[in-house]
Amino acid sequence: MTISKQDVLHVARLARLEIDEAKVNTFAGQLAKILEHVDMLNQIDTEGVKPTSHAIDLTNAFRDDEPAAHLENEKALANAPAKEDGAFIVPKVVG
Amino acid sequence: MTLHQLTIQQAHAHLTAKEITSVELTQAVLDRISAVDSRIGAYITVNAESALKTAEHADKAIAAGNAGPLTGIPLAVKDLICTRGVRTTCASKILSGFIPPYNAAVIDKLNACQAVIIGKANMDEFAMGSSTENSGLQTTYNPWDTTCIPGGSSGGSAAAVAADMCLASLGSDTGGSIRQPASHCGVVGLKPTYGRVSRFGLVAFASSLDQIGPFTKSVGDCALMMNALCGHDPKDSTSVPRDVPDYTRALKDGLKGMKVGLPREYYATDGLDPSVKTAVETAVKVIESLGAERVDVSLPHTEYAVPVYYVIAPCEASSNLARYDGVKYGFRVKDSDDLMEMYRQTRSVGFGPEVQRRILLGTYALSAGYYDAYYGKASQVRTLIIRDYKKAYDQCDVLLTPVAPTPAFKIGEKTDDPLTMYLSDIYTLSANLAGVPGLSVPCGFSPEGLPIGLQILGPHFEEEKILHVAYNFEQATPFHKQKPAL
Repeated sequence: MTISKQDVLHVARLARLEIDEAKVNTFAGQLAKILEHVDMLNQIDTEGVKPTSHAIDLTNAFRDDEPAAHLENEKALANAPAKEDGAFIVPKVVG
Repeated sequence: MTLHQLTIQQAHAHLTAKEITSVELTQAVLDRISAVDSRIGAYITVNAESALKTAEHADKAIAAGNAGPLTGIPLAVKDLICTRGVRTTCASKILSGFIPPYNAAVIDKLNACQAVIIGKANMDEFAMGSSTENSGLQTTYNPWDTTCIPGGSSGGSAAAVAADMCLASLGSDTGGSIRQPASHCGVVGLKPTYGRVSRFGLVAFASSLDQIGPFTKSVGDCALMMNALCGHDPKDSTSVPRDVPDYTRALKDGLKGMKVGLPREYYATDGLDPSVKTAVETAVKVIESLGAERVDVSLPHTEYAVPVYYVIAPCEASSNLARYDGVKYGFRVKDSDDLMEMYRQTRSVGFGPEVQRRILLGTYALSAGYYDAYYGKASQVRTLIIRDYKKAYDQCDVLLTPVAPTPAFKIGEKTDDPLTMYLSDIYTLSANLAGVPGLSVPCGFSPEGLPIGLQILGPHFEEEKILHVAYNFEQATPFHKQKPAL
């Protein structure tokens, strides 16, 4: 199992992380080692086995669609690093 | 009487007999924190003023004859459970400055019981780790030997109970994060069935695995905490609408008719420390002597729990942690030219290395071309692990196993090699994958004097059976009475 430097940089971009040059090789080596261990799952025949995403037999938690209290604008914005006029402020989105 | 050493049950008796007040008890615990926490590092935040105020209110309720089992009892809370108006860090720089605008459901429940929340406990960043060394804020030391780790990820919650810096605490368990630190710190820790306790307001790590549960000084206290914490919550769609029993009814003598299963794979693992093996095997004999019948069972997919978990948990984490983007709360880097740069720099500075590693791992496993090979495959093997448990519980009521392969290891011993650290979770991960409840109860000490825990696992929603076995074992053995010398 090898993970290339390009693999790490590609995944980092997808995950919105910026990995500096010095750490790329370390991460690549560690990820390869972990995924190599994960490869032991291929020893098992899982043909026809239903995947589990949730261990308890519970489906569809419905409720009536009724209005209820919600977080007020001011409280929702209280932790924002930047805000103005009741909205979050972000750096420019398109160049 | 040394107030900070009391169990919840003992303190409740003294409070209702008017021999002590909650203010005195809370002050004694705060004094204890001042005396020893500089050497342990269990707390990220201590809120003395609000704790004493709550204690005053509790004293009024007690005087009026309205005391419940937790009224006026000082507790600690793992710092990934939201507390309104009190910073909640997840031990991460990315949440610096974050003050939750609402309480987690379990905090509302504890407040309704008039429990006294003393402060917020240290942990591995976003609960990712087995030693609390991944905290982005501070180191927590094992009260039994401060050169050792307290376990993780709820290391602060476990150490705070072990060092008598609270009477009980809350943790969360995604792959063993309650049971393993409980074992390493010599206290009782229970991960309830998935869906038993509301996770509303618990910062999400891996949503199909996370569960909140208590750390206590005794099994009796664990039952009381469960009574307070459990129940359906419409705000958590994974919480199960099912009646909550009175867990203290499980605290009854005798184990006649109880069948205890020993999964042979757990005792045949490479790397099981002889002192742990001896302590657990001796514990099994004690449980047999109390009337239980021993059954040998098999969980054939045990060795696959580590690879299944370390695919599923990072996949879920990579998705859950997408919300930390420097926009809505917490940390943001300054002076970014555009949004993408701000996202990437904020997350790279704000998240520590283990969190970044798991986000990368999860993103890789979910990315185009790899999904079926990793997430799909792991989810199928997860089904096989669940089937193993179902078959085992056809033959027995509970399973008895080690919690961790070794006693607490040295600080720094495993930090260079993530896979070695992951492999130490071998006995605890599968309970989360299967959603079953599990408890650690003190069952001995290593030659170096470090605590060892016995893991008792039960079927879904059968916490009473676990508590029943744990209670009988505890009453028959002296380990829970021993205290670390601090």
